[in-house]
Amino acid sequence: MVRGVAKATLPVLAVVAAILALWYVAVVPLNLPWERDQAARAGAQPALTTMIANTMGQSRPVLPAPHQVAVELWETTAEKRVTSKRSLVYHGWITLSATMLGFLFGTVLGILLAVGIVHNRAMELSVMPWVIASQTIPILAIAPMIIVVLNAVGLSGLIPKALISTYLSFFPVVVGMVKGLRSPDRLQLDLMATYGASPAQVFWKLRWPASVPYLFASLKVAIAISLVGAIVGELPTGAVEGLGARLLAGSYYGQTIQIWSALFAAAFLAAGLVALIALAGRLVNTAMGARP
Amino acid sequence: MTLPDWRWQVLGALGLTALALPVHGVEALFGAAQGVLPGPGQIAYWCLVIAGWLAAWALVEGLAAWRPLRGWQRRLAALAAPLLFGITLIALWEAVVIGASISPVLLPAPSAIAARIAVSPEVLWGDFLQTFVKGALIGYALGCGAAILTAFAIDRSDFLKRGLLPVGNFVAALPIIGIAPIMVMWFGFDWPSKAAVVVVMVFFPVLVNTVQGLAAADRLQAELLRTYAATPTQTLLKLRLPAAAPFIFNGLKIASTLALIGAIVAEFFGTPTLGMGFRITTEVGRMNLDMVWATIAVAALAGSAFYGAVVLAERRAAFWHPSIRG
Repeated sequence: MVRGVAKATLPVLAVVAAILALWYVAVVPLNLPWERDQAARAGAQPALTTMIANTMGQSRPVLPAPHQVAVELWETTAEKRVTSKRSLVYHGWITLSATMLGFLFGTVLGILLAVGIVHNRAMELSVMPWVIASQTIPILAIAPMIIVVLNAVGLSGLIPKALISTYLSFFPVVVGMVKGLRSPDRLQLDLMATYGASPAQVFWKLRWPASVPYLFASLKVAIAISLVGAIVGELPTGAVEGLGARLLAGSYYGQTIQIWSALFAAAFLAAGLVALIALAGRLVNTAMGARP
Repeated sequence: MTLPDWRWQVLGALGLTALALPVHGVEALFGAAQGVLPGPGQIAYWCLVIAGWLAAWALVEGLAAWRPLRGWQRRLAALAAPLLFGITLIALWEAVVIGASISPVLLPAPSAIAARIAVSPEVLWGDFLQTFVKGALIGYALGCGAAILTAFAIDRSDFLKRGLLPVGNFVAALPIIGIAPIMVMWFGFDWPSKAAVVVVMVFFPVLVNTVQGLAAADRLQAELLRTYAATPTQTLLKLRLPAAAPFIFNGLKIASTLALIGAIVAEFFGTPTLGMGFRITTEVGRMNLDMVWATIAVAALAGSAFYGAVVLAERRAAFWHPSIRG
């Protein structure tokens, strides 16, 4: 057991350590020109080693060192009040609420569409190709317009961002659920027919339970892109609050450390959400009698 | 008496039309054709719109119930149903915009968008070249190439595979689009920064899929090649690469939609005065929504064509796979 865990985690840790090491190495050449420039302006001739040491602590580096990002993350999450505008927890919460709302809409819409597609051949023929085509349209590119237009109609704040998340997240749910609802095989369907089961009974007692593993697999994808949708949805509205706003504000004012910390906050948020769905999926599957 | 499902819609459509025609129906149609809707024609107009929608619905239901014997007829039905649905959607959009007289600042009619595309092809073509050809395509080629080569390198080491796959899966789920401002800062406003964003976005999905694909070759087949004394390069080229093709193409398909998104969103963080993302943001600011929708139409067409091209390439390269052979 212990050896199994070590075998699984050791390579991952090694890769992560290698990435960190590469990052530190990359910091020096990227930030050194600025140090040289500063030294030349001051007319000083600092030793190369001091300049290299300085590249790790610039206030607006081209590439911040990992520890700078870590310190910024710590300061903006643990040391600020949660309600403060400079707290990443506050901005993360704004983004998270839009993500969750969009995810909820997207899941419901996706399941409804999938049920329709599985039960109605006309819908399968006409809607399914458009569901696929809808995802080749770069919705994220349309996001600013959707937000501006919805603002003009009077919808502002959470809903427009959530709608973009919805558009992105319904797709994996439709595809996964169509597959899942169709997963019962001929024999099982025939058995239900011999029981004289009504279409509703076939759905609730056979198709729906059979589709649950597929549902959770698609939900993991859906929540990750739902977060992307919420972040991009925050870009055009003038960037007031949310992780996307932190990214935009950081890029306006050249605050690279702020950009990187917002990026990592988003990454941790995504990882946490996916892990949460995975856990829920495992619990539900076990409760429904799945054996590992 | 039981009627087939779709007859109800036909009956509804006929009924509504019969209801509408005496009550200013003709007047409403002529008015709508000229873009103005007379007051008393309103109800008749909406009746006709709903009737048209029901008729289209009935047609699709009929198509779905049709079980043709010949192959080309089946293909025609499979093509006609989504086409009808799309045309109906656009027609409804046009009808609602005219009928409810929605301001073009909020939602332009499809005809207005088409007119705009016809008027300004040079601008749209310039944006297309800047964003799609320079940003998305170059980034896509570089990113996918790098990912596939990296996958070959990783494939030699079991340790690296076990370490990089979870990390790659993790990174593939992250909001990578967030690196756009960093790339714009590093590579400047022009297309290289957009291509760089695309490279990072497409890299991980393709990497993960390729590594999985390289492991997909059948054990028996690998042993057969060993008995032939095939070199590792021969095994790679003749067995494992073809076996990996469906996986690689899966990654390439995911990447094809990501590429355009990456290139456009990166433009929100700074561009020269050219490009689809630039056009969308500035024209939204100037309330020229028809231009915005024209750009979106071009983006949608380009995205679909790109995806379609990858699918076609997959059919050529992985023709033996059950999902393609059918």
